[in-house]
Amino acid sequence: MANAPVSEYRGNIHQQQKELMEDWYQQLDHAADGGDPPTVSMMVSGNCVELLEGFGAVPIYPEVNALQLAIRHQSLDPILAAEDMGYAADNCAYVKADIGCMLKGITPTGGRMPKPTLVLCNFVGCNTYVKWFEHVAAFTGAPLYVLDVPFLRGEEPSAADIEYVVRQLKEVVQLMEKLTGRKFDFDRFRQAVEHSRETEELWSQIKHFSQHQPAPFDAYFDAITLMGPLYVYRAKKEGVEFFRSAHAELKSKMDAGEGIYDQEKFRIVVEGPPPYPYFRAFRDMFAKWKACAVASTYSTVGGLWEFGFRHDPARPFESVAMHMLAHNVTNRNYLQRYDQIRRYVQEWKADGVIIHFVKSCRLFSAGQGDMRDYFTRQLGVPTLYIESDLEDPRYFAEAQTKNRIDAFFESLEHAKQTSGRAVAV
Amino acid sequence: MLQDLSLGSVRNWKEQHPGGKAVAFFPVYAPVEIVHAAGMLPVLMSGAGDRLDIQHADSRFGSFICSIVKTTMEMAMTGHLEPLDAFLFSSICDSARNLCFVIKRNFPQMYVDFIHLPHSTSDASIDFLSEEYRRIIAELEKLGGVVVRDDDLHRSIALYNEQRRLVRLLYELRARSPHLLRAWESYVLVRSGNFMPVEEHIDCLRQALESVSEREGKKRDSIRVVVEGSFCEQPPLEVIRLLENAGCDIVEDDFSLAQRWFTRNVPVMGDPVRALAESYVHHSVYSSVRHDTTHPRSEGLAEKVRRTNAEAVIFLIAKFCEPAYFDYVLFKQKVEQMGLPHLLLEFEEKLFTFDRLRTEIETFVESLVFD
Repeated sequence: MANAPVSEYRGNIHQQQKELMEDWYQQLDHAADGGDPPTVSMMVSGNCVELLEGFGAVPIYPEVNALQLAIRHQSLDPILAAEDMGYAADNCAYVKADIGCMLKGITPTGGRMPKPTLVLCNFVGCNTYVKWFEHVAAFTGAPLYVLDVPFLRGEEPSAADIEYVVRQLKEVVQLMEKLTGRKFDFDRFRQAVEHSRETEELWSQIKHFSQHQPAPFDAYFDAITLMGPLYVYRAKKEGVEFFRSAHAELKSKMDAGEGIYDQEKFRIVVEGPPPYPYFRAFRDMFAKWKACAVASTYSTVGGLWEFGFRHDPARPFESVAMHMLAHNVTNRNYLQRYDQIRRYVQEWKADGVIIHFVKSCRLFSAGQGDMRDYFTRQLGVPTLYIESDLEDPRYFAEAQTKNRIDAFFESLEHAKQTSGRAVAV
Repeated sequence: MLQDLSLGSVRNWKEQHPGGKAVAFFPVYAPVEIVHAAGMLPVLMSGAGDRLDIQHADSRFGSFICSIVKTTMEMAMTGHLEPLDAFLFSSICDSARNLCFVIKRNFPQMYVDFIHLPHSTSDASIDFLSEEYRRIIAELEKLGGVVVRDDDLHRSIALYNEQRRLVRLLYELRARSPHLLRAWESYVLVRSGNFMPVEEHIDCLRQALESVSEREGKKRDSIRVVVEGSFCEQPPLEVIRLLENAGCDIVEDDFSLAQRWFTRNVPVMGDPVRALAESYVHHSVYSSVRHDTTHPRSEGLAEKVRRTNAEAVIFLIAKFCEPAYFDYVLFKQKVEQMGLPHLLLEFEEKLFTFDRLRTEIETFVESLVFD
């Protein structure tokens, strides 16, 4: 297989996504002039962007900034700047890139980043988030509120869990009223929850399109294109329109029997974030084998909707709380992630699971050896385990990664030809 | 006892208490009063030190994961946790969070649970944590076939208040007269409480306090240091000795915080569950695994330095311990603002050569002595 086939689908979605994200950065640039619109630093995982709409506030997502830098090969300088000031080689590189940028005045687009009206740490299982936002607050001088979301210890959140989060959401409302001098617009909040419900329905249907053979899009690499609008615009009219258009575009591809390759040879589930500094190279390693991701856990960081959860305008605070507690991959417990992947393998009819260990992110990666044991030994699902990083270009061993990916698909191919069972690589 | 991976003291306790349950918890803190009030033995599992080769756990927890997570998993996979009936974890870091569920999957015979200790000091946090403790109490009642009454909890709280008071006294004594009580001695003494019934530990602490006060010793010409960063995985005893032999008087540290978690007594009246929750939210010691936006942890460190008249801070951080690495950045800035020298050292539970650490420590101490 000499040349990698063209794998990337470039339809209207990509152009619209680019415009939306540019518009978002322009709003942030504008806010740098003097606090209008108000801005709130928030984490992508289990974000409560609906609540912000009640104040007409715009989210700042440090993770999105960090990944934009990495994908443009600009993450190493700020990482090194952060290490110079004391961050360890083994700290999350997202944090280092973000702090490094803040200190050096770098932004992904070259525009300005405002001092946030509020640093809202939506703590959903990731302990690094708390530290990260403490540092953001310390370095920007902006006020910090830690919204403590109980980790999902059992299958479902308890009544006490939900009440705890709702009470804190209401505290955030009071705090924002004080900080912005604006009154919380409950109707607009409820409308935002309604928009989210619509967006989520469309997104969930899109995710189910990849159950089709061939899948009309790659639910790992292409899903990332859709994730920006999902987190920034989910609760706005523009978000609903974007997803309506993406839905129509991908549905017509599915109905026409178009996949991402001329022929879909392998269907995979991917666990873990991508290596953004080598995003293109990494994608090509799978394209070479005409392997399409039919589902991924990374695309459920901000919310897990394909199993049925929707925001509910009849219970806006409670449903925002439920989303933060139980319907994003980071706040769900580790065994629930095993089960999520198991469902993907079975219901999306995948040939194997790619487990991408990411050095920066222990939330994703600690224990993935056990996850692999579960899939290979207990379920007999072929798995591939590879290691790199999502932000730091120093941890990507290109030749070694490629060799392992090649070996995995060779083994899968052989198993398909001989009707045998593939092994783990 | 600290060396005994077979958990002999736990086995002994179980022999003496037929049907009794041993409830382990992973660092840094757990509401031990609840376990004790259920008639069970709380056991703080803080790794296997250098006494166990990692042969199986590496296949479950790969690169860039700290040693204590791996040695705990290794102990589980090699049958060392057999005397334990339950294992509790809490929201201290992402690796420990996942370890909880990996243990749960692989050892279904054990009751494994995760306590969400709040990262906020909102009033809502106290109500939530009270409910969380009630949930754990119900689980323990099921496990032991027992009923936990308020009176039982009050008695347990009083006992642990006494344990914490004695440990605080021990630390005060050490800060006042480090030549009479070395840090490595108090470390062993406090840490032995991990495996011992609290009643026995209280006796040990009382005896120790009595005998130390009778000691005579000459003051040394040493540097008073605060050691910070070893709140979960514990450094080898050798490292603590190294610091002391190099001329440091360790006047404060964050080793074994569990035995002095609260800065004051938990009230022994009213609703005991709420008293424990309220104490956690408002009267915990500062630690890198607990977040209180109203009192930054760097202020906690500064207060520790001032209270003990320390002349330097040594950051002693376990390899791959992300909470400690993060806090180091803001701590370092604070210590520099205070005009104090500081040194960063990394350790793993399993260290066989101490030459590099010794050189770093000696160079640091010399630079201060001859300054």
